Amino acid sequence: MPDMLRLAFAIAAKDIRLELRSRTALLSAIVFSALVLVVFNFARDPTALAAIDLAPSVLWITFAFGAVIALNRAFYVERENAALDGILMAPVPRSALYVGKLLANLAFVGVVEAVALPLFVLFFNVSMGHALPGILGVTALATVGFVAVGTIFSAMVVRTRFAELMLPVLLLPFMVPPLVGAVQVTARLLAGRPLSEMEGWLRLLTAYDIVFVTLCILVFPAVVDE
Amino acid sequence: MTAPADAPLLEGRGLTRAFGALQALRGVDLAVRGGELVAIAGPNGAGKTTLLRILAGLMRPTAGEVLVHGRRLTRSEPGPRRAIGLLSHQTFLYDDLTPAENLQFAAQLYGLPDAAAAVRTALDEVGLSARAATPVRHLSRGLLQRAAIARALLHRPDILLLDEPFTGLDAPAAERFRTLLRAQLAAGRALVLVSHHLAEVWALATRVAVLADGRWALELDRPGDLAAFHARYGELVDA
Amino acid sequence: MTPDLSAARRTIRGGLVLMTLGLLAAAGVYILALYYTPMEARQGLAQKIFYVHAPAAWGALVAFSVVGLASILYLWLHDERLDLFAASSAEVGIAFSMVMLTTGPIWGKTVWGTWWTWDARLTLTLFLFFLFVAYLALRAAVPDRGERARFSAVVGIMGLVLVPFIHLSVYLFRTLHPQPVLLKPSAPSMPPEMLRTLLSGMGAFTLLYLGFVMVRYGIACAANVRGESSNAV
Repeated sequence: MPDMLRLAFAIAAKDIRLELRSRTALLSAIVFSALVLVVFNFARDPTALAAIDLAPSVLWITFAFGAVIALNRAFYVERENAALDGILMAPVPRSALYVGKLLANLAFVGVVEAVALPLFVLFFNVSMGHALPGILGVTALATVGFVAVGTIFSAMVVRTRFAELMLPVLLLPFMVPPLVGAVQVTARLLAGRPLSEMEGWLRLLTAYDIVFVTLCILVFPAVVDE
Repeated sequence: MTAPADAPLLEGRGLTRAFGALQALRGVDLAVRGGELVAIAGPNGAGKTTLLRILAGLMRPTAGEVLVHGRRLTRSEPGPRRAIGLLSHQTFLYDDLTPAENLQFAAQLYGLPDAAAAVRTALDEVGLSARAATPVRHLSRGLLQRAAIARALLHRPDILLLDEPFTGLDAPAAERFRTLLRAQLAAGRALVLVSHHLAEVWALATRVAVLADGRWALELDRPGDLAAFHARYGELVDA
Repeated sequence: MTPDLSAARRTIRGGLVLMTLGLLAAAGVYILALYYTPMEARQGLAQKIFYVHAPAAWGALVAFSVVGLASILYLWLHDERLDLFAASSAEVGIAFSMVMLTTGPIWGKTVWGTWWTWDARLTLTLFLFFLFVAYLALRAAVPDRGERARFSAVVGIMGLVLVPFIHLSVYLFRTLHPQPVLLKPSAPSMPPEMLRTLLSGMGAFTLLYLGFVMVRYGIACAANVRGESSNAV
C-alpha cells in the first residue's frame, strides 16, 4: 500500500510538473469557466430572479463544464511517444496509475474551481461569508465524485475518434448525482438552513465518492491493459 | 522460487494471440539465457511486434505464458517487470520534460533506491550530461535516441527487448550501438532483437529466428553464413 | 456452412419465432386493454397507454440489467460472445426506452397537460436512455474489437452501479419537493383486470425483448464469423 501511494504521488507530481510547463489545459479551463460565468450573468434578467436562487445552479454548471475541459488533458499527455506504455511496462500497479491521475486531475479541477468561485462571488454579488467553509467542503466532496469517473473515462476516450465529444457524452449521466447533491447542499448553505436538511444529500455524495472511486480502481486495469 | 543457475532469463511458452478472427501468433515458444542475443526477422505482419509487446508485458497473450526468471509475468504481480527493458521506436519520454526529469520519473516508477545517482550515471553513460536540462522537445534525433537508451537501461534490466533499433542510425552510430549491445551481453543480459537489417547484428547473434504468419519458420543456432541465410530467408518469404 | 454460421442462423430463427410470438402477445394485450380492462375513472381512454408505457420501461430495465450483467461476465471470462450479447441488448434497450419516453409525454400531455415530469420512472428511464446512447456511441468510436469490448464492459458495469444513485437522487429530490404523483396507475389497489393486463403486457414485452435480442445477437455473431462488424455491435 505505501508503495502504491508513493507511485501515485510520483505520477501525480509528474503530471503537475508537465502541466505547469505547458499550462495549456489549465488556462483554457480557467478562461472557459470565466466565460461561462460572464454569459450566465448577461443571460439572466436581474429583476426576474434573485441571484441567490440561481446561484447554486450557475456555480455548479460552471464547475462541471470547467472540469470536463480540464479532464480531457489527463491521458492526452501520455499519448506522445507512447509514454503510457513506459508506465505500464514498469512494476506499477494499475491502481497507482489511476490514483495518481485522479490526484493530478483533482489538483487541476481544484485550481479551476478556486478561480471560478471568487469570480462567481464577484459577478453575482453573492455573499458567502458564513457559508464558505460548508461550500468548500461540499465542493471537495462532489468534485471527487465526478473527477473519479471523469478520470477513467478520459483514459478511454483518448484512444477514440472524437475524444472531446465522447467525454461529455459518457460523463454527464454520471455527473448528475454529485451535481444535484452539490446544488441542493449549496442552496441550503447559502440560505443558512440547518444541517439536518442536507444530511440525505451529504450521505449521497459520500456514498457516491466511496463507491465510484473503489469501482474505478477495480475496473481501471481493463481500460489500460491490452 | 529460485530458478536453477542455467535457466533461461526469459521464456515464452505457447504464446498465442488472436485479434478477433485474425491469428497474430500461433503457439510461439522462446527461451533466452543470460549472455544470449536472439535476433528475430520476418516479413511485415508476421507477428514480431505482437511478440515483443507480449514479452514486455504490454499485451496479454490469448494463450500461453511468459516467464521472467522462472516467474510468470502476470498483470496482478508487478515484480517481474523490474527485469525487463524495452527499446522501441517510441521513446516513452515526455517532450516537455528534460532528460534528467524523464529519467528521474522512470527511476521512481522502478523504485530505484538512489534515484539521483542512477540518473546521473545513466546520463553519463550515453553522453547526455551536457544537455540534461534541455526539454526533450528540443533534442536532435541522435540525442533523442541516446535519451531513449538511457531510459531503457536505467533500471539495469536483465532482459532487454529491442524493436528495430538500427533504424535511422548511420554507420558510426550503429557501431556505437553494437558496442553497447556487446557490453550488455558481457554483463550477462538476455537480449531479444527484432530487425529487418539482420546484417547489423549478425556477428553478435547467438540465434536467429524467422517469424512468419505467427509461427517460427526458421531457427538457426550460431548462425553461419549470412548469404546462405538470406537465400533461405528469401525462399521462405516468397513461398 | 461453418458450424458458427449455422449456430448463428439457428439463433436468428429462434429469435424470429419469439418475436412473432411476442408481437402476437402484444396484439393480444392491445385487445385486452381496449375491451377487457375497465376504463379508469379520472383519466379515461388515455390511461390505456399505460399498458404499453410500463412494459416498455420494464423492457428497458431488463435490457439494461442484461448489459450490466454481461459486462461483468465479460471482464471475468473474456468471451467475445458476451460482448456481442451485451451490445445487442443495448440496441434493443434503447428502442424500448424510446418507446417509453414517447408514450410518457403523450400520456402526460393528454391527461395532465404537462409533457414531462421528473417522476421516478420517467427520470430513471431517461437516464437509461442516456447511458444506452453513451454505450453505443462509445462502441461506434472504438475501431479495435478487443478494446471496444473492454471499454463497453467498463461503461456497462459503471452504468449499472449508477442506477441506484439516480434512484436515490430522485427519491431525495421528491421527498423534499413533493410533487403530484403522476403516471401511476390508480393506487392503492389496482383492479384485478388491470393487473392482469399489465402483467400480460410485461410478458409480451419480455418475449419481444428476447426475440429482438436473439435476432440481433445472431446477426452480430454471423457478421463476426465473417470478420465484419455489423454497425455498432
